[in-house]
Amino acid sequence: MITTFISAELPPIDAPTIEYSLLGPLFIVTGVAVLGVLVEAFWPRASRFVVQAVLAVVGIVAALADTVWVYTDLDRIDAPLQARGQVAGEGALTVDGPGVFTWGILLVFGLMSMLLFAERRLEGGLSAFTGRAADAPGSSAEAQAVQLRVEHTEVFPLALFALVGMMLFATSNDLLTMFVALEVLSLPLYLLCALARRRRLLSQEAALKYFLLGAFSSVFFLYGIALAYGYSGSFELSAIDTAVTNRTGGENMLLASIALMAVGLLFKIGAAPFHTWTPDVYQGAPTPVTAFMAAGTKAAAFLALLRVFYVGFGGSQWDWRPTIVAIAIITMFLGAVVSISQTDVKRMLAYSSIAHAGFLLVGFVGVYAGVAGSDRITSVSSVLFYLAVYGLSSIGAFAVVTLVRDSGGETTHLSKWAGLGRTSPLLAGSFAIFMLSFAGIPLTGGFIGKWGVFSAAYAGGFWWLVVIGVMISALAAYFYVRVIVLMFFTDPVGDGPTVAVPSVLTTVVIVVAVVGTVGLGIIPGPVLDLAQHAGAFVR
Amino acid sequence: MNEYITLSLILFTIGAVGVLVRRNAIIVFMCIELMLNATNLAFVSFSRQHGNLDGQVAAFFVMVVAAAEVVVGLSIIVSIYRARRTTSVDDASLLKS
Repeated sequence: MITTFISAELPPIDAPTIEYSLLGPLFIVTGVAVLGVLVEAFWPRASRFVVQAVLAVVGIVAALADTVWVYTDLDRIDAPLQARGQVAGEGALTVDGPGVFTWGILLVFGLMSMLLFAERRLEGGLSAFTGRAADAPGSSAEAQAVQLRVEHTEVFPLALFALVGMMLFATSNDLLTMFVALEVLSLPLYLLCALARRRRLLSQEAALKYFLLGAFSSVFFLYGIALAYGYSGSFELSAIDTAVTNRTGGENMLLASIALMAVGLLFKIGAAPFHTWTPDVYQGAPTPVTAFMAAGTKAAAFLALLRVFYVGFGGSQWDWRPTIVAIAIITMFLGAVVSISQTDVKRMLAYSSIAHAGFLLVGFVGVYAGVAGSDRITSVSSVLFYLAVYGLSSIGAFAVVTLVRDSGGETTHLSKWAGLGRTSPLLAGSFAIFMLSFAGIPLTGGFIGKWGVFSAAYAGGFWWLVVIGVMISALAAYFYVRVIVLMFFTDPVGDGPTVAVPSVLTTVVIVVAVVGTVGLGIIPGPVLDLAQHAGAFVR
Repeated sequence: MNEYITLSLILFTIGAVGVLVRRNAIIVFMCIELMLNATNLAFVSFSRQHGNLDGQVAAFFVMVVAAAEVVVGLSIIVSIYRARRTTSVDDASLLKS
């Protein structure tokens, strides 16, 4: 009786279609992260660190292999723009060329960061993370934790959850998914920032600042989403695009929505005037975490920025382009000028990351989608390539920072780096290569990256912005060259820093970063082709 | 209809001003939560206006995210309090150029 009543009244509920094979990499990383939580609960403490590290590395490698497979399997689309991929997960995600390319670089960055996380030789057999975060710095309980050699092995699952958030963020097709992904990527990073073994007060302070400012900015992003929903009645980017193109709602609501969402996204990429957290957090966070954050968050947030503004708000690009141009100029200039006066290596790298956000914005604002028959690099492809190069170099640079030490841990004061090139030429040489790549000197990946974004901006009609960009890169180059001069042609002051001998893990990271940076400069062809063939966003 | 959106904007502004002027990390954090709730009100009002349920679902997602954020935020603030016996954001000024 009851069953007939129900079946007569209620329509059947269709199970959602999930493209499991397309979303494989996401499932693998999530699964491994959850497995890591279980290991945390059940595995004996003595061997847990190694198990967690191996699990994380194996999981990321598996996801990377799956990403390659997914990429080769994407459907090709020829109209209206060349693209590949499809909308998946009931419209929540877009597995398209640029998105899967970003998965690839995020997983490579994640893999390199996990190797840095797992480095234990530098602290006498302990990791770079505090043994027991609950103990107050300097307390007797902390000393006891060091004596007992306890370690926080949760850092691996936390980093994997952040990695999942980044991957989701880069491929989300509706704004609600994007918000959840933003939080999934941010929350573990806030915690990871607070876990440094040395200088714990600084580390906790960095986490507090990052958390409060990050939460503040994500609320702005969320209110922007609410207004976009009020404007269009949907969270899907394609539906918002339709509403924007037809101008169905109130103009003010649309502009407010664009502005608020831009605040949230520009905060995450560290563009001026929302950059103030970057130096403090980069300096205070444990260096492996800084490396992960610098490379990963920037790549994921830039993809999200591109997707929201190209796909969702593409119809009103004449409204937002002037503002973004202004922000790009301010960001480049500020990053380049302020980094000149820095005396701390990590702060210097943070300001350099701000300047790079500005250069990436130059590529973004060109909004050059390509024309048939032309091989000129598009805005999306140029940004993808730049992100790959920048991420590799910055992980490498932060890996070098972990090795220059004295009795109190890492010595990040620049004056202590004087004469490093004489005592350990190989290490200083690799740091010099990263600096040259940041400066955009030919034969490094940074040059090709800068050429790409400037070319896309030029094709988009912003020749004068390219002129400004080139001038600012010349200005920034002065600073990077100054660091090289300091390392190679200045006498060490007093007893200089000792360069710790790392295990094979950090060595591999630095070697891969050097090879990648130089390789992408000399033979950029394969990766550039890959970025170019990723095509446009699928909507 | 507009009254709800206006209220939501007022709450959002109160929260934003609170974040900027208050010095206690816990109160700053509460102001952020107020902003999140203001956003929820906007979601639900727009949902009613458009006659679909997307906005109401969004409000649930926001609540869950806010709960997760509380856990992370309070753990950071408590660890700072243990170390320094204060939660003033003005005292957190070791990191300066």
